[in-house]
This record gives sequence, C-alpha cells and structure tokens, in this order.
Amino acid sequence: MSKGRFGIHGGQYVPETLMNELIKIEKEYEFYKNDEAFQKELSTLLNEYAGRPSLLYYAEKMTKDLGGAKIYFKREDLNHTGSHKINNVLGQALLAKKMGKKRIIAETGAGQHGVATATAAALLDLDCEIFMGKEDTVRQALNVYRMELLGARVHPVTTGTMTLKDAVNDCMREWTNRVDDTLYVLGSVMGPHPFPTMVRDFQSVISREAKEQILAAEGKLPDVVMACCGGGSNSMGMFYHFIKDKNVQLIGCEAAGHGIHTKETAATIATGTEGIFHGMKSYFCQDEYGQIAPVYSISAGLDYPGIGPEHAYLHDAGRAQYVPITDDEAVKAFEYIAKQEGIIAAIESCHAVAHVMKIAPKMKKDQIIICCLSGRGDKDVAAIARYRGGDLHE
Amino acid sequence: MSRIGKAFEKKKVFIGFVTAGDPSLDKTEEFILEMERAGAGLVEIGIPFSDPIAEGSVIQEANIRALNAGCTTDRVFDMVASLRQKTEIPLVFLTYLNPIFRYGKERFCKRCQAVGIDGLIIPDMPFEEKEELASITKEYGIKLVSMIAPTSGDRIEMIAKESEGFLYVVSSMGVTGVRNEIKTNVGEIVERIRRVTNTPVAIGFGIHTKEQVKEYCTLADGIIIGSAITKLIARYGEDAGKEIYTYVNERQQFCS
Repeated sequence: MSKGRFGIHGGQYVPETLMNELIKIEKEYEFYKNDEAFQKELSTLLNEYAGRPSLLYYAEKMTKDLGGAKIYFKREDLNHTGSHKINNVLGQALLAKKMGKKRIIAETGAGQHGVATATAAALLDLDCEIFMGKEDTVRQALNVYRMELLGARVHPVTTGTMTLKDAVNDCMREWTNRVDDTLYVLGSVMGPHPFPTMVRDFQSVISREAKEQILAAEGKLPDVVMACCGGGSNSMGMFYHFIKDKNVQLIGCEAAGHGIHTKETAATIATGTEGIFHGMKSYFCQDEYGQIAPVYSISAGLDYPGIGPEHAYLHDAGRAQYVPITDDEAVKAFEYIAKQEGIIAAIESCHAVAHVMKIAPKMKKDQIIICCLSGRGDKDVAAIARYRGGDLHE
Repeated sequence: MSRIGKAFEKKKVFIGFVTAGDPSLDKTEEFILEMERAGAGLVEIGIPFSDPIAEGSVIQEANIRALNAGCTTDRVFDMVASLRQKTEIPLVFLTYLNPIFRYGKERFCKRCQAVGIDGLIIPDMPFEEKEELASITKEYGIKLVSMIAPTSGDRIEMIAKESEGFLYVVSSMGVTGVRNEIKTNVGEIVERIRRVTNTPVAIGFGIHTKEQVKEYCTLADGIIIGSAITKLIARYGEDAGKEIYTYVNERQQFCS
C-alpha cells in the first residue's frame, strides 16, 4: 500500500513521470514542516502580508433573527486576495522557492486560487501559469484580468466540460511536461500524496486560530463547526483542530446545484461513489462505467466532481457530516447575509451560510456555531444579479 | 508461452494503438485486423475514459468521440470477444484505473481472461499502487505492463525487476502526441533495464517518423505508435482502414 492514506482513501495514482517529483516534494515538505526558520518566514508572510489572524466575528443580528444558536463567522474573506486560498498558496510558493523552483502552475475554478497563486508568484518572484476552464474564464472574467495584472499567464482550458476538473487535468498534463523547474500548487486537499496532507496543514491555521478565538470569546468549544466543501480545503482547514473534540459537530456543505436528484449537481458525498481519479482514491460523481460526471453548480469553486480523501475518510468514519445545498438556497443566503450583516460573501461560502440558516433556529441559545466564510463575494455579484433575472455584466 | 512472449520472441515488434469505439466498435475491430495484416505484432486497445490525464489532445479527442458514439466497457469486451475469433495477435488494454475500479476489479480481469486480453497498461497506476490490481491480474493470467519514464531515475531497476509482459518506456516528458524531436537518453534507460530483466522493452510517446521507428527499434524490442494512427482515424473516419494499413506497413518495415 502506498503512502498518504486516510482509511482506504488517498494514495498516489499518477503517471510514473511524476513519481520521483512527488517523493521529492514529500521529503522537502517533511523537512520544512519542522524547520523553524521556514515556519517563521511563513508566519510572517501570513500575518504581515495576508492579514492573519482572520477575525472570528459574532453575527449578532443573524443570531437574533434566526433565534437559536450563537453564530460566529471565521472571516477568511478578509484575507489578502479575498479568500482562504492564500494560506495554502503562501506555504506552497515558499516551499517551491526553497526547492529551487522557478515556476509555479495551478488550476482554478472561481479564480480565487488562481488569483492567490498569481499573487504569491508576484511577491516571491516566480513565473506563474494558471489553467482555468474556458467556461469559468467567462463566468469569472474579472479574475482572469486580475491574474494577468499580477503577471500570470492564464490558459483557458477547452477540453471536456471546460470547468475545474478539466483545469486540473490540463495542469497535471503540463506538470508532466515540465516537472524539473515547476511546482504544481494544488489548490485543494486533493490530488496525490503529499498534497492532501500538505494543503490541510497549511489551511489548518483557520481552525487553530478559531479554536483560540472562540475559547477567548466564549470560554468553551463550539457545538457546530461548518464550511462549504468542494475539493474541501477551507472545510478541512476549518475542521482540522476540532477533529479530536468529539463533541464538536463537523458539517461540510456541498453544492447540490439544481438538486441531488437532478444531473446538474456537484454534491459528491450525496451522489458520488468510490473511485480513483486525479491521483487519489476517494468519492467521485461518475457513471456506472467510471466516466467522471460533468458536474454543475452555480459556484465555480465548488463545481468539482470529487472530494479530498481525508473528507471521504471523515465521512466513512462518521466524524463529519456532509449536506447538499442547492443553488437557490445558496443565492438566498448570499442575499440574506448581505442584508443582515453587511457582508457580501462568496457564493461558495454561502452554501455553508444557507445551512446555518437551516440549523441555527433549531438549536438552543447557549449553543454555538462557527461557520467559515471562505471568501468574499465581489466576484459573484454580477452572476447573482443575472440569476435574479438582471442583465448585469462585468 | 504467452501471446505477448511469442510476439517478442523472434523479431522487433510494431505496436499499434487504437481507441476502442472511435468512430465505432465495428471499425475498431476492422482497424486492428488491418494493423495485423500490415505487420503489427501487438495491439493496444484504449478503453475510452472521460479524463485521460496522460494523453495529449489527439487521443483525448478520440476518447471523447468514442464516448459520444456510445462506447462502454461492456461493448469493448464484446468487440474483443468477436475479434479474438479472428486473430491470435496479442491484445492489451490501455485504460485508467477508474473505469476498471468502477467495473469491479475482479469482474474486469475475469472478462479480460474470458475474451482473450493478454495485458493491461494503466498510466495512472505507478509501481507503488500496483497492488491495487496485481494479485487479481495474476490470478487471471493477465500481464500488468509497467511504464518507465525519463524521470524514473533510481526507480528504473525496481520497476524493471517486477515487470511482466513487456516494459513500456516513455520516450519523452509530458503526454502522448506526435513529436518531431525526442531528447531523452532512451538508450541509457534501456541499458539499465537490460541489466536487471529479460522482459522485452517497447518505446512509445511521440514516435511517428520512419527514422524514429528505426532508431528506437535498434535500441529496444519494439515501438508503440498511437497518436499518429489516431490522427488518421480523426481525418478519414470510417474509411481509415486502408490508410492505417499503408501507414503501419511502411513503418513496420523499419522495425528490425
């Protein structure tokens, strides 16, 4: 059995061309993970460049309006570049630098990971190329320009469904083409070992901070910790330091698109089956012959047919619960949190907000929910206007 | 001796690749027989997959054409069963782990044996993950063909020592696709393989010119051509049979 397993999930299912490189990344990462100088450099970047620690914000108005549990938001949307993606990217870009790489490449869905990667590349003087499904370059045109402004080259991916999974395919292909001087900065807790572990470690800063912050504010642990979940990096980061606290309920909110009983869905745990794809064994949306399904969600960042292997394991073990949230529910949450709290949150994050709206009223007033706001929603405003029948274009 | 063993016994082997179901499974059967008639010694049949990450654009498009035409794993098995009535040429499947996994690993290998498939090539199953299938393929007498890449370095011996059927040496970095120039020192890789195993060695990725065929057949025991044949199918569709015959016939003469 190979390395990097979470129960039966994980592994290293990649072409031979990449194996030595994965082994090398694993070794280098293991070294730098325990290297004080590296960790200090990373903390400095996170605190002084990305704006960490991010706030844990008590949403008093929403709490009152929903009439149940106390609601806290972990404000990853306030990070530099506007999402949690920067946490992982700064870690990996710094690792790339230490490994002597000249170039980083990355896939992106909504563009948040692409923008974060382009940002880190600019700061750390690395060449940067981003692969983005052609569909998504249209849905998120402003982010394409942002990446270019930051000095990155953006490749619109025209294969397959032209969305996130195809961007990952092409990014992997490009990596096998030029592995020597290039690190593939994977954007989620997915792919072959060591990425699911490494990305989780870099994102776990979210729950490390949140745990300290909630203890300081409330003197006790939360009852529920939740986040949206596509590949699952913000949710894994939000869950990680709470996994051992068995009384803390962990909930991942998946994108159900038009609904889990339709074909236009991206809810992997709800509709997927065990498979092997993108370097890992996990759950995937697929047909009876193992063809990967053309998934759908209003949210480009959750529009992915798989889920990270550690989530698959947490699901199998019954430690975390995964719930599907439709486009419609997410859009309503997008509008609700804007009006209630004056926060325009990413449509991805609003999948989790929608679930807060469902469960908070049923909980007791002395109970606590922490929900991760993974990103800000400026990028989504025009798309939501169109969803509501407007004719707004960026 | 296995069909694969026999193919490499006396001569250098031209290995042709086609994606099953592109443009139809009847045509795939015809194209394979044309390749055999033209002098191919082994045929790789691609079971189409929605997301073939080791393939360049030519074979990616063939996968999509095949899937859009309704090709499924079950239908590929039916086609091979029919083909096996007509030929003893060694046949190996090239596909990704997910279609096999989803079909059921045991069920898949059992059907391979039943229809007369001799081996499997799985680009996303490296040495470290081969236990996923190795015990099952062994039980059903299917050879698990391993790949060695330009970046394999210190892994070459480890992979070669446990090789079965033949070894697939990837000539170039990146994905499949026609290349005019191949820069890897394939000779050195083949030499290192030879020191630890007698398993035949075939070279693939990027090969299409007669000169490349000649050069690599001198170094190794065979060459694999996929994208160049697939291009003919993309261009000539149902009428590609005679084009494939001519192409393979011209190239295989340089396999000596």
